Formats: sequence, C-alpha cells, structure tokens
Amino acid sequence: MKRLLLGNEALAHGAINAGISGVYAYPGTPSTEITEYIQKSKIAKSLGIHATWSVNEKTAMEAALGMSYSGKRAMVVMKHVGLNVASDVFMNMAVSGVNGGLVVVVADDPSMHSSQNEQDSRFYGKFAMVPILEPSNQQEAYNVMHYAFDLSEELKLPILVRMVTRLSHSRAGIILKERRAQNGIQLPVDTNRFALIPLNAKKQFEKLVSKKGILVESSEKSTYNKLSLSNDKSLGIIACGIAYNYIMENISEDKDFFSILKISQYPLPKEKIKELYNHCDKIVVIEEGYPIVEELIHNYFDENDKIKGKLSGDLPLTGELTPNSVGKAIGFYSNNPDEIPSIVTGRPPQLCEGCAHADLFNAINELIPEIGNKKVFGDIGCYALGALPPYNTINTLIDMGASITMAKGAADAGLENVIAVIGDSTFTHSGMTGLLDAVYENTPMTVVISDNSAIAMTGTQESTAVGRLKNICLGIGVDPEHLITMIPLKKNHDKNVNILRKELQYKGVSVIISERACVRLSRTQKEDIKLKIASLN
Amino acid sequence: MKYNLILSGVGGQGILTIAAILDTATLNQDLYVKQSEVHGMSQRGGAVQSHVRISDSEIYSDLIPQGKADMILSVEPMELLRYLPYLKNKGWLITDSHPFINTNDYPNKNDLYKQITSHPNHIIINATEIAKKLGNSKAANMVLLGAASSLIPLSEESILAAIKKLFEKKSERIINLNIEAFQSGKKLAKEYTDFVY
Repeated sequence: MKRLLLGNEALAHGAINAGISGVYAYPGTPSTEITEYIQKSKIAKSLGIHATWSVNEKTAMEAALGMSYSGKRAMVVMKHVGLNVASDVFMNMAVSGVNGGLVVVVADDPSMHSSQNEQDSRFYGKFAMVPILEPSNQQEAYNVMHYAFDLSEELKLPILVRMVTRLSHSRAGIILKERRAQNGIQLPVDTNRFALIPLNAKKQFEKLVSKKGILVESSEKSTYNKLSLSNDKSLGIIACGIAYNYIMENISEDKDFFSILKISQYPLPKEKIKELYNHCDKIVVIEEGYPIVEELIHNYFDENDKIKGKLSGDLPLTGELTPNSVGKAIGFYSNNPDEIPSIVTGRPPQLCEGCAHADLFNAINELIPEIGNKKVFGDIGCYALGALPPYNTINTLIDMGASITMAKGAADAGLENVIAVIGDSTFTHSGMTGLLDAVYENTPMTVVISDNSAIAMTGTQESTAVGRLKNICLGIGVDPEHLITMIPLKKNHDKNVNILRKELQYKGVSVIISERACVRLSRTQKEDIKLKIASLN
Repeated sequence: MKYNLILSGVGGQGILTIAAILDTATLNQDLYVKQSEVHGMSQRGGAVQSHVRISDSEIYSDLIPQGKADMILSVEPMELLRYLPYLKNKGWLITDSHPFINTNDYPNKNDLYKQITSHPNHIIINATEIAKKLGNSKAANMVLLGAASSLIPLSEESILAAIKKLFEKKSERIINLNIEAFQSGKKLAKEYTDFVY
C-alpha cells in the first residue's frame, strides 16, 4: 500500500533511502518536518544518521559540507530566509565543489504564511551556478532525492532542491523504493579545491563557470523536464515545479490539446524551450515565486509580447499561485465564487493562554509611559505576536538576531532606554555576536532574552540555549551585576517592572533573562530540560 | 469520482485529526488522496484550514479551486463562512454551532447561523455539547465527522477502521468515546436533515 506522507516527509524518506549519513538544519516553517521526520525515523536511528538540530543555517550547511568532504552524503535543510544566513558557505561551496553528495533543501514560503518575505531560492541557485531541482508533487519530492545525490556526486556540485509551502505541507500516498547504503569515508583526491585561497579559488571558479554546458545538457535530457507538443499551436505552457499541478488541475481532461513543458530541473533546458516557443503562437509561463523563468525567456527571444506570465500581468506578482489564478492565466474563466460574508472577522494568531511572553510584554508596557514609545526592538519567534494588539509592545521584526543589533544602532544614534527582546533560540542562532558588539562598546541598552527553553514557534524543538544562556552572556563579557534573571508570572509583575526599570537606568549593557518554559512543552520535554540544566550547572 | 472537502476551525481544535482519519480511510479504500494543512504561526489560535481531496483518479492540485468544494466541514461557525468562496453550487455546509470566541469583534452567533441556513444544504449541530455529554468536549471533531460521514464517498467501515488506527495507542475508553461521538453525530445529522429537508 502507498504510504501517506507530507511533501516534507516524502522528501525526508527519499533522503534516507538515497543513503544520507546526516541531515543538518535549523527549524523554520515550512521546512521543519523534513528534519523531524528523520529524527523520529527508527530506520534513520538504526543507520546512525546524524539528525540533531544545528545552532543556525550557516553552521548546519558548513557541517554538511564537512560530512561531504569526508566522502559521505549529507543534506542540509532550511526555510528560504535561512539561506540568507547560510549564503556565505552556499556561494563558496559551489566554487570548491563537494565530495560526497550534498543536497541543500530550501522551502520557500510564497504568500508569507509564516515568513517576513517571499524570496525565491531559485535566484540563489542561479547565483551560485548550481543545478536546482523543483519537485512538482509529493512522489517527485521522494524520487528526486536519489537523483539529486547522484547528480551531486557526478558533477561534484551541491544541488539545490526547492520546495514550497503547499508541497511541503500537503499529504499524499507515496510509493517507496529500495534504500541504498551510505558512503564510507573517502577523502577528496585533491583537497586544494577546498582551500579557497585566491590561487585555488581562481581555478575552481573557472571550473564552475565551465560546467554550465554540462548542467544545461543534464537539464535537456532530464526526465524531470518533460515536453509534450500537441497539434494545437495556439498556446504553449511552461509550468515550473508545483505550477504543473495547477495547470493539470485545469486541463487534465483535455491535456492532449495543450503543449506543455514541465520544468523541475534548472538551469533551463534552452533547446526544449526553443522547441515549444517555435511550435506555439503564445507562451504562458507559470512559476511559483518570482518571474525568474519568464525573465530569462524574454532574454532568449528578445523582448516580445508572445510571452505571458507575471511580468505581463496575466498572473499576480505577489502571493502564491492558486488553481484559479493559473486557470485564468490560460484563459479558463470560472464563475465568480461566493464572497466571504461581511460579518466574518479576522482571527489572527495569538499567544497561547499562560504564555510567558505575555507576562513579559505586560511588564514592559507598564514602563512605556516612562521611557517613551517605539523603543522596543523585536525578533523572530512567537513573541513577534507582541507586535499585535492587545500588547503592541514590539516595534520591529526584521531578521534573526536584529533586535540586539538594531537596538545598539539606535542607542548609538542617541536614543535612550532602548530594549531588545529576543528568544533563547534566536539568541543562540544570531544574537550572540550582536551582543558582543554591544558589550565591546558598553552600549547603553537592555537586552531581554525571553527564555522559554524551546524553539516554540515551529513546534517546541530543542533549543541549544537550554542551560547555557547565563554562561554565554558571562563569556561574552556581560557585567555579572547586570545579568539578571526574572520569572515572568503575574504574581511577579511589580518585581519584574522594577528589575526592568533599574536596568534601563543603567548606562551600559544589561541582559535580563526572562525565564519560564513554553506552555506547549510536554511533561517529558520539561523533564528533559530540567535534567539538561542540572547537568550543565 | 472526485470529492473535495474543506475542514476549518481555529488552531488547536482538532481539524487535523479529522483530516488524518479521512486520509487513512481513503488509502484503505485504495483511492487517491491529497490533503493540505497549515503549520506555523497560524496554529497559535488563528484561523486554520485543511483541503482534503478524494478521487479514484490522480489528483493534481493540493488546493481545491474556488467554487469546487463539495463540503465545508467546520468545527466553528464563523470559520465555516470564511471558506464560502470555495463552496460548489449546492455544496454542503456542516458545522458545530458552538462558537470559539478569542477576538473582541466576534460577530453575533445568530447572525452567523442565519448566514449558514441561507444556503440550501446545511447541518448545524452542537457537537461540543454532545461530546461533553459523552465525557470529553475534545471529541466534538468526531461528532462532526460522524455528521458529515454519510455525504462523504467513503465507507463507514473504513472511516471507523481509521479512527481505531489513529487512536490505537490510547485506551479502549478513548477509542470507544470517539466512535460513540462519531455515531451520535451521524444520528443527529440524519435527524437534522430529516427535519429540515
């Protein structure tokens, strides 16, 4: 029987069966379940596959590269904005190349269901000049992993696999195949290519650029890029990744009447595109994310209005594709659907009942009349909900760790009483280095680490910060007199307001650890955390 | 055969449990299924939905197109109406009458019922109340699944088998409670439709 799996789980299972020796990742919606699946997999455990969370996406990708250097297959997983964090190693490992197969899985979040932007990771793939695979459905997400590792080992390049929210978070029945063995340790024949001093880097970069032809050829003959031409020449469709499903949803009953090029491997198969272009009077490009393919194709054939898509206004430039928007773009008009009745009101997400962040916000809010508005710099996590009513405490949310560094910049500008609010895991992900900046100059600012002992937003994964926050802060050089712990509870409200007030008056760096476990942690998780803290202190 | 169903509610109300049961029951019958769900921020007390698609041939889109849902099954009355654009002409609306109020501007519940009953095919039952009487208000989702079951093209045996499978690690009492909740929902839906139609 078929196995019912989320797109993310299908991909994870594909990676196990493709013979990985490790997955490295930091949680982030919509990518989290990939790593979780491997963590929970009994087979993965029995095979000794590494699956512990990393501190951030950059450390994850570097560790994966280290595993690949040793000859074994490694996968690294993140959400789209995580690739910004890991972009340094991503760009450079394209130059060095890999040894054991290395696959970078990035889940994009068009429509920003749980993100700050809808950046399209295919740009990164193009930027780094590596092949990109973009599965269109759950079965392909499973199948593509074996192929991705083969391709990586054949080309000695990292491969980018791009997922999108709707594929990551949708279930289907999957047919599983056999598992192959892991690689043994086998060091690179030539380690010079991993030592990117200019002398070596120049050679490697030449090599990377010269691989372009091989990469395109691989795309041309790839079974993941499928061209079917019909006798009707009025319309040719280019459908990338999940867009193929939305097209098929609209035309499945008369698919033989349409010429379609399905694309799931990049760089683009130029010959196949030319064939479709020459065969049809009009081309519609359907792609999830930015109009990257549409733009490239415009370049192939000079600007002309034969090519339609997002740039021509036939599809919206923002938000994810839907079966309806795709149908409309190829001229299928459906009846106007019912509208949402006007009495239906919004229901934004909110902090859980009893959440420690809420008590922290109440304490900060009490001080706002004294310290002035708009001085609280926030960060990524559940506490970002503090930007919404009823709290309206948080004023900024940009990227992982920016609370501390933005607060520092504001303090440098002369703003007084600045506060940074950051979660425990976000702090270890990207806050520690910023804190050192502040400590180095003893910047007058107050950092509140809202420590709930979990990566709560993505489903209470284990936080590397557990039991280590105080020592990290002391190690960075925070004055022990101004490293304070408080327990965010209603009954401690007045006491906590006083702690905050006192530290705000101090003209240097204060760190307040606001410490209470996430209410969503299970009893077992709480026990584990207690044991961990006891073993570390 | 193609059947499109939207499940709706508030994060934490158990729509993914209904989805999981439908998925398993569908695969039990060797049919195709696709089921999308919401993970991440909205799960924290926000509006959530799941698209469940059942078919005897390959399913392409993970999302149901607007105007193509055969049923919206909701564990909360306002959340039902949020997905009306997806409802097919003469599709079914099935919901718990019990509102989940976690916002300041939640509408008057009678206005919600009025909106729902203005559609030709609807079933409104107080699933939360029934589940509470059976011993656990959390089983409201099973009451609703029961209420919807006779309209969904899956056999009762395979749905019941899926419920047992899902709760297999729980106690006998929990399994029976959920099955009882399912049966009560089914019975009430019949009474409701017999009365209204």
